[in-house]
Amino acid sequence: MTIAIGLEGSANKLGVGIIRHTPSKPAEILSNIRHTFVSPPGEGFLPKDTAIHHRSWVVKLVKQALKESGVTIREVDCICYTKGPGMGAPLQSVAVAARTLALLWDKPLVGVNHCVGHIEMGREITGADNPVVLYVSGGNTQVIAYADQRYRIFGEALDIAIGNCLDRFARTLNISNDPAPGYNIEQMAKKGKHLIDIPYTVKGMDCSFSGILGFIDAYAGEMLSGAEKRDPDTRELITPEDLCFSLQETAFAMLVEITERAMAHVGSTQVLIVGGVGCNERLQEMMGIMARDRGGSVYATDERFCIDNGIMIAHAGLLAFQTGFTTPIDESTCTQRFRTDEVFVKWRE
Amino acid sequence: MPPLRLIDGTLVKQGAEAHVYKSTFLYPNVPCLIKVRPTKPYRHATLDMRLTKHRCISEARLLNRCRSMGVLCPTVYFVDEKRGEIIMEWIEGPSVRDFLHNYIDDASDHGKDENKAIDVQLDALMENIGQTIGKLHDIDTIHGDLTTSNLMLKPRESPGTQVLDTADTSLANSDVVLIDFGLGQVSSSDEDKAVDLYVLERAFLSTHPRATRLFDIIIDSYKRNCLGSSVVLRRLQEVRLRGRKKSMVG
Repeated sequence: MTIAIGLEGSANKLGVGIIRHTPSKPAEILSNIRHTFVSPPGEGFLPKDTAIHHRSWVVKLVKQALKESGVTIREVDCICYTKGPGMGAPLQSVAVAARTLALLWDKPLVGVNHCVGHIEMGREITGADNPVVLYVSGGNTQVIAYADQRYRIFGEALDIAIGNCLDRFARTLNISNDPAPGYNIEQMAKKGKHLIDIPYTVKGMDCSFSGILGFIDAYAGEMLSGAEKRDPDTRELITPEDLCFSLQETAFAMLVEITERAMAHVGSTQVLIVGGVGCNERLQEMMGIMARDRGGSVYATDERFCIDNGIMIAHAGLLAFQTGFTTPIDESTCTQRFRTDEVFVKWRE
Repeated sequence: MPPLRLIDGTLVKQGAEAHVYKSTFLYPNVPCLIKVRPTKPYRHATLDMRLTKHRCISEARLLNRCRSMGVLCPTVYFVDEKRGEIIMEWIEGPSVRDFLHNYIDDASDHGKDENKAIDVQLDALMENIGQTIGKLHDIDTIHGDLTTSNLMLKPRESPGTQVLDTADTSLANSDVVLIDFGLGQVSSSDEDKAVDLYVLERAFLSTHPRATRLFDIIIDSYKRNCLGSSVVLRRLQEVRLRGRKKSMVG
């Protein structure tokens, strides 16, 4: 029986989670708490402000997580933290907290790749054993499949991530960042009905979103400055809800297409969606239709595990720890660039 | 939506994007290939129609472009972009992939002299592939999915001779024909051309251990037969170092 505490803070969420692994039993989540830095409408979260947020909350969250779990410090086997990828300043503040705890409690440290954390947590929760993974969040867009001890990237966004595209469009429309800009776009999209023509940019198993963002930003800009836009068939006015709808329909179709291509390539019928954008029900629905047509199914988790959290870092860290992996304190750095396929996955067949 | 119609032919391949059928065109003795892009029910119907139409037309245009500029590829017979169908010439294989498998496996059973003869023939085939890709890139066309499965060996037709049985396709009498331009595009970028070659290199190296030598011949032939080859090959070195994916910043 091993217990790990995980600290995550690669973007605007600070998460602390405690997990227990018992051989031949599912992992037990003892606590999983999160505090999000929410910026005002029209603004994104800046690294400096986010780092301040993490620094001021991390002690409180660690205390609360320990209390909720009922675990004593003595029982904790290792301290896992996000090594990268992510925003520099927030990553650093959480790495400092992890190092402090390691020295204070005299426990080994385990540096974790954020993307691998998402994948391992998704597999654990859904029970999908060898799926093609679509990892979609504010910072990452990747289609991943496992082969020979690595999570290999089959396709990815060549410029900005899908979540970044949605977040930035939310800023253009001045939509609230509470609880998340993507969530609010999803709610507006449910009321949209006209599909406007947006660039569709898929190349093989890769895609790109900056052109789409540029296009729809300009379109929204014209609307906001009073230009009347109408649907060419019905002559009805195009609303901001229609823009959210069109953006989702187009961008998600691209994601489903590259995922399908990867599935055909590796001969898999399972697909697992992880990352913050993975909460989106329309994306899950579209992926489900595609998977069904291929005789398979889609696996997704809810916001507790989709959105960045500490438990996934604890879980992936503990998997590595059980194979003998630790991060010595003088190597306990963090990095903004840390590709999913750089991690040697020793714990899988 | 166009009415559903059952394709009169046999399904040969079902990929993520298209279904491929073998059928006949106008006359029962003219074999053809029908490439169909089926509707994707997960996509908004308007978007689906727009994409299917666009891709169908773009693929047909690329095929026509290659053909008119002397790169061997299937001739387009008919395009129905609303249904998402292209009817084109049937290329009676084998693919270079199947051919290499059979040929190299057979070779181990033969004597030394015979192997030498086979090597000479293989070298000629590689030379031919290098030429074909060189020509393709010279007309600023990117294939997008250059694998050994997408290179076909077509017995050369000369008046008076019958089309050869595939089993005894002689390399000296075969042309290299490029198929499946579904991911193709028109581009003069060195990066795109280098990635095209990189994809082929990876396909070759995963096919057979002896393939390294074979791929070197392709590159050598490409160098001599493609006008912009020096820049592209320099770029290929970079692509090899980093893989197909660029390391992302930010």
